[in-house]
Amino acid sequence: MKTLAYRLIAVALIGVALSFTTESFLTVANVLNVFRQASLTFLIASGLTLTILTAGLDLSVGANVGLSACLAATVMQSSGSVALGAATGLVFGAGVGIVNGLMVTLLRLPPFIATYGMLWTLNGFTYWFMGGDTIHGFSPGFRALGSGYWLGVPIPIYLMLGFLLAGAVFTRYTTLGHDVYAIGANREAARLSGVPVRSRINLVYVLSGAMAGLAAVVYLARLNSAEADIGEPLTLPAIAAVLIGGTSLFGGVGSLLGTLVGALTLTLVVNGMNLLAVDASWQPLVTGVIVLLAVWIDVVTRQRAEANA
Amino acid sequence: MRRVPGIGYLLVVLLIVFSVSGSGFATAANALNIGVQSAVLLLLALPMTLVIMSEGLDLSMGAVLSLAGVVLATLLMNGRPLPVALAAAIGVGAAFGLANGLLVVSLDLPPFVATLGTLGIAQGLALVATGGQSVVGIGDALPALYESRLLGIPFSIVIALAAFAVFRFALRQTRWGAYVSAIGGNRESLVLAGVRANRYHVGLYVLAGAMAGFAALLLTGRMSSGHPTAAIGMEFDAIAAVIVGGTSFERGKGSLGGTLVGVVTIGVLKNGLNVLEVASSLQVASIGVLTIVALVIESFLQPAARRAWRSA
Repeated sequence: MKTLAYRLIAVALIGVALSFTTESFLTVANVLNVFRQASLTFLIASGLTLTILTAGLDLSVGANVGLSACLAATVMQSSGSVALGAATGLVFGAGVGIVNGLMVTLLRLPPFIATYGMLWTLNGFTYWFMGGDTIHGFSPGFRALGSGYWLGVPIPIYLMLGFLLAGAVFTRYTTLGHDVYAIGANREAARLSGVPVRSRINLVYVLSGAMAGLAAVVYLARLNSAEADIGEPLTLPAIAAVLIGGTSLFGGVGSLLGTLVGALTLTLVVNGMNLLAVDASWQPLVTGVIVLLAVWIDVVTRQRAEANA
Repeated sequence: MRRVPGIGYLLVVLLIVFSVSGSGFATAANALNIGVQSAVLLLLALPMTLVIMSEGLDLSMGAVLSLAGVVLATLLMNGRPLPVALAAAIGVGAAFGLANGLLVVSLDLPPFVATLGTLGIAQGLALVATGGQSVVGIGDALPALYESRLLGIPFSIVIALAAFAVFRFALRQTRWGAYVSAIGGNRESLVLAGVRANRYHVGLYVLAGAMAGFAALLLTGRMSSGHPTAAIGMEFDAIAAVIVGGTSFERGKGSLGGTLVGVVTIGVLKNGLNVLEVASSLQVASIGVLTIVALVIESFLQPAARRAWRSA
């Protein structure tokens, strides 16, 4: 909890620095925009957090968002039904999660390899499916999901808070949630205490896929268009958000609240770069450096904890 | 007598299917074509095999290759001689390899995330340096070299096979090879024997980076230009080739010969799908599917894994 406080202070410091260096940062519109952007990153990163808590990893979330969004958009346009399109995105996303889970539990592939393969496989299918097409122009009712407001607050923020609450209940008060931490902390001990390890691991990958599918629908509503490459820039920020939020790659340590703080930190940095008129091509570089720093902190924290134990 | 790896059967099946269904697949010219298309991949997959044998991974190789290609093309465009430009490309690659090695070995970061971070940095640098544009006008020296042949064999195939021979010799016949093989799975005894295991371990990543830089020679020669995202994702092809070639992430087991078969299989798959006029974007997906199929076959060939499969 103490470390989370430090991370919140870091967020505040970035915010203060930006309010002094730019004129447009500390406006209601921009702050709401930062939170809206962070809520999208959070939705993508929330399922990913669960996989990392089991000492796994899902590198395919960004590509999954891309293809799920394109499929949802296609179904939505051709059937005229928003519900059918959204369901397509969700079901497809979860289906990708099932395959990831089976590769990890049944084929015993290391999670980073299985999901990295899935990343490129999904990217390939997305380009094949979309070609160079863009699908755009969705109904105003659907677009409100991504860009609308309720009581002056963007709707994705309510979604973020809802899933944060649901996730907190899941991880803290349910046996399933406790199993996730137990598997990550010590898989063998969890198995010996009767945790059905394989089915739990399958579950987190399915949840990760389903959250990517859900994020795809919200993302689609926000962008109001779908193209083959929309998922590509999402992978690194999602992983960065989880790691900045203090969830350990070694499993068993971390929280969804941390991921929210991580998503906020990352969004602030990107938003600040935009406001300071830094060219967008710097973003992968900066995100890469942030990922390295976050992992380094994770490793040092772990080494210290081991030295003290 | 060594067991035939699962990928061997798969390669035979692919060759038969493509020969029967695609006219123009089973020709000498097309065989050379497959070789030319696979050359860059082999240059990446050879060091990747060693890195994976050390229980590591290098996800940055595709992005580093792209960046090195941009460096090579930019220097050529500015009229520098080819050897200077190539040395700079290899230097950039080796620098990224050194960074990867220090992150993984000295700071003890998990390799897949450390190299994912440097992937972002290399890609970012390439984009910042070029503004996302291709670097064209690289002169005649490199394209001419790329088009040259030795005894009728295209330059890129000669380079790739030479690299394979050097790697195989170094791994099997030298002390370096023995040490490097021991890093994954047998590191403890290496340290107890007084070997500075960390140096050899970092050295592996430097080698991987330098090879990615060197591969820019073939990539840039083939395209006659440099592009900041030219080889993005090629590290996945390399990893797939290594895995289907039978190298394992555990216990330092693996073989360069298996990787060569893996690279050829991926080359045959891509080329065959081309001949059958399957969209190139689906070829990427097909490599993912190929990897899974190869692993499933592999697991059925191993009695122990078969039992685990049944009890699952």
